[in-house]
Amino acid sequence: MRSQRGAGRGVRRKAAGLAAVALAASLGLSACGGDDAAAGDGTFTVGHSEPDHLLPANTTSSYSFDVITELFDNLMTLSKDGKAVPLAADSVTSDDQKVWTVKVKAGQKFHNGEPVTAQSFADSWNYAAYGPNAMGANSYFSYIKGYGELNPEDEDAKPKADKLSGLEVVDQNTLKVTLNDPFSQFPLLLTYPAYAPMPKAGLKDPKAFDDHPIGNGPYKMDGNWERNKQVKLVAFPGYTGARKPKNKGVTWKSYASADTAYTDLRAGRIDVLQTIPSAKVPEAKRLLGDKFLARKMSTTDYLGFPLFDKRFDNPDLRKAISMAIDRQGINKAVYNGDFFPADSLIPSIIPGHRDNACGELCTYNPAKAKELYAKSGGFKGTLELYFSNSQPTYAQWMRIVANSLRDNLGIKDIQFRQVPASDYFSMLSDHGEKGPYRQNWEADYPSPQNYLEGMWGLDNRMGWESKEFTELIAKANKTADQQQAMAVYNQAEDVAIREMPMIPLWTWAGQGGRSKNVDNVTITPYSTGLIATDVTVK
Amino acid sequence: MWRYVLRRLLQAVPVFIGTTLLIYAMVFALPGDPIQALAGDKPVPDNVLQTLRDRYNLNDPLLLQYAKYMWGLVQGDLGENYTGQSVSEMLSGRWTVTAQLAVTAWVFEMVVGMLLGTWAGLRRGKFADTLVLGGTTLVIAVPVFVLGYVAQILFGLHWQIFPTAGTDDGWPMSYLLPGIVLGSLGLSYVARLTRTSLSENLRADYVRTANAKGLSRTRVVGRHALRNSLIPVVTYLGVDFGNLMAGAIVTEGIFNLPGIGQQVFLSIQLKEGPVVVGAVTVLVLIFLLVNLVVDLLYGVLDPRIRYE
Repeated sequence: MRSQRGAGRGVRRKAAGLAAVALAASLGLSACGGDDAAAGDGTFTVGHSEPDHLLPANTTSSYSFDVITELFDNLMTLSKDGKAVPLAADSVTSDDQKVWTVKVKAGQKFHNGEPVTAQSFADSWNYAAYGPNAMGANSYFSYIKGYGELNPEDEDAKPKADKLSGLEVVDQNTLKVTLNDPFSQFPLLLTYPAYAPMPKAGLKDPKAFDDHPIGNGPYKMDGNWERNKQVKLVAFPGYTGARKPKNKGVTWKSYASADTAYTDLRAGRIDVLQTIPSAKVPEAKRLLGDKFLARKMSTTDYLGFPLFDKRFDNPDLRKAISMAIDRQGINKAVYNGDFFPADSLIPSIIPGHRDNACGELCTYNPAKAKELYAKSGGFKGTLELYFSNSQPTYAQWMRIVANSLRDNLGIKDIQFRQVPASDYFSMLSDHGEKGPYRQNWEADYPSPQNYLEGMWGLDNRMGWESKEFTELIAKANKTADQQQAMAVYNQAEDVAIREMPMIPLWTWAGQGGRSKNVDNVTITPYSTGLIATDVTVK
Repeated sequence: MWRYVLRRLLQAVPVFIGTTLLIYAMVFALPGDPIQALAGDKPVPDNVLQTLRDRYNLNDPLLLQYAKYMWGLVQGDLGENYTGQSVSEMLSGRWTVTAQLAVTAWVFEMVVGMLLGTWAGLRRGKFADTLVLGGTTLVIAVPVFVLGYVAQILFGLHWQIFPTAGTDDGWPMSYLLPGIVLGSLGLSYVARLTRTSLSENLRADYVRTANAKGLSRTRVVGRHALRNSLIPVVTYLGVDFGNLMAGAIVTEGIFNLPGIGQQVFLSIQLKEGPVVVGAVTVLVLIFLLVNLVVDLLYGVLDPRIRYE
């Protein structure tokens, strides 16, 4: 009895000690809270996914572009209808489409006060293109002369040079750029975020720059990038360019779950959300009313054929498959009818798109499809359909495609091959697929060239080769007049439609929303994304 | 007792090596090329891919990669993820979030669970008992993500009692709702264990003796019956601390809390071996430590248990 009571006292003392520790711990923990995003200070918040890098040349992620395009003024930017217009440049001109003269606007400053000169651009591009720096957007500089020396074919060789021979700084505001081949779309390429200028401080310490980019754009960083939480931007008082902000700042909040971001939009905790999860779209349309923001996008889904497999050799077979797919039916069944069935290889928001360029080949016609299929000699063996697991909708529409092929063409033996997203692109680049595969393309810059050369160009995934196509693309790339260039790109597009190594399916719809605190919210389908500078805060 | 503690701590060393190797091998075995995956579908030149693979030792065989990783680890270097961020930096910011969430959930399930369990245990077969049993069955039956989204929409969106997501409001406001959701499953088990254990002990001989001695009801229940009943509950709470850390993966996702769970989830998708191993290893260590503390607590609750 006694000993037990003694132990009991001991317990009390220990328990008190534990309680004190717990209390101290909770006080310590509670000290690191954040302040509430106070309304009424002229800033607004946008929800998106976490960016991977903020150093412009090191990323191809649209979530990074969200932030980068506001921190940096490229030489050229895009108008709302997708035309290249000068921003940090006075002019970008060329006589032969190969040697370009860039006049940098005088008097611009980086956020740290350093002047923006032709040299700033040359230094940044050299850094981006230098192989050992391993920048994510390295390949976007391959158009510039000297890129090969910075990125030797032999993977273990050391580059012979660390500066692009095609870049020549003529004077403080003039940059002469020599390309490998004539390229009429170069001004559009300059709108790509990787072509942003970096100040000397950034080139000296790229790691710190990634946490705290110093740009020349309308907004500057407010503190460092708080990883997985937010990036805070405030209007840069020294900004002299054409994109003067109509608000005081914007905060990009990172969300791991799109559903949660949408709930936060409804709760008014964020002001703009560019992408509402597709399952929530019908509800969002009803609840948000005129605050629901629908837009077309540049992302387009395709079904590619592995032409290195002889069974897919016959163009009639590929056309038959294209005509056996009910694009509008799938759109209604899987995407609430919000997507845009493809009538061309190029989506409608890209200049150079022609309505119904694909014609009857992209139109659902089971009878004609059957006829073509019979003419082609049919398909033998197992038809394997490849797609990744990154979106549940892929499996949904592939199932409908399989049913159509079964019912309309009589292909009985169809198998699904759902590949982990992390493995999917490596598999395609290694030609690991044995049947039609899902592919999509999001425009880097709004030119048909980006789609055609990116997917049907040399060394394409399908293993498709067409001399006629290659020559037409080269011709268009040489053509100075944009209208004429478009006409030639369209001729090349016609070749790709005629042979149909890859079927266009549909273009995505973007579905976003805004809160009642903000107005004038425009989201472009291009790399410029949300036009943050135009947003007005109530 | 100290020898016991020392022995337990020494046992943690092989567990530590085993788990790190196992996790490293599992991440290694995931399909896909993490470097190509970084770029998504955009083209990346071979020499850039090669440079990155060399930088992160991805061309080495598994055991050499692991050895290089462990060599860094003993020097206090947790390595880098594939975007060049230091893992220790990534995790250090996140630990505070997960710790706040897990402790909130743990305290919630412990305090509320024991109270409910005691209430039900003392009123066995009555309304209170039925209510607790029914309520906890319901909570156990509903998956945590359903509970999370429902709580978020009701308490965050409609009634606006708690923030819907994020850590902007700091502790406690930002952590209460996710903590309650995360702790609700454990709470159900704690309540049920306490109830059963207590109602059994109330019928034990020593309780009858205590009652016969004329001790007050509070003293009989509090000092004698309840204290003895808590042994299974404390065991459960120790194990459950590990579950809470793991459960944080779902809860942190729903409530957008930038903690360890969210990071592990993202990093598994990106195949970032060093991050997953770093995070999970620390989770394992915490789990071992918490359970050591639990074992020592047995001695406090039941003086007959002694450690040599």
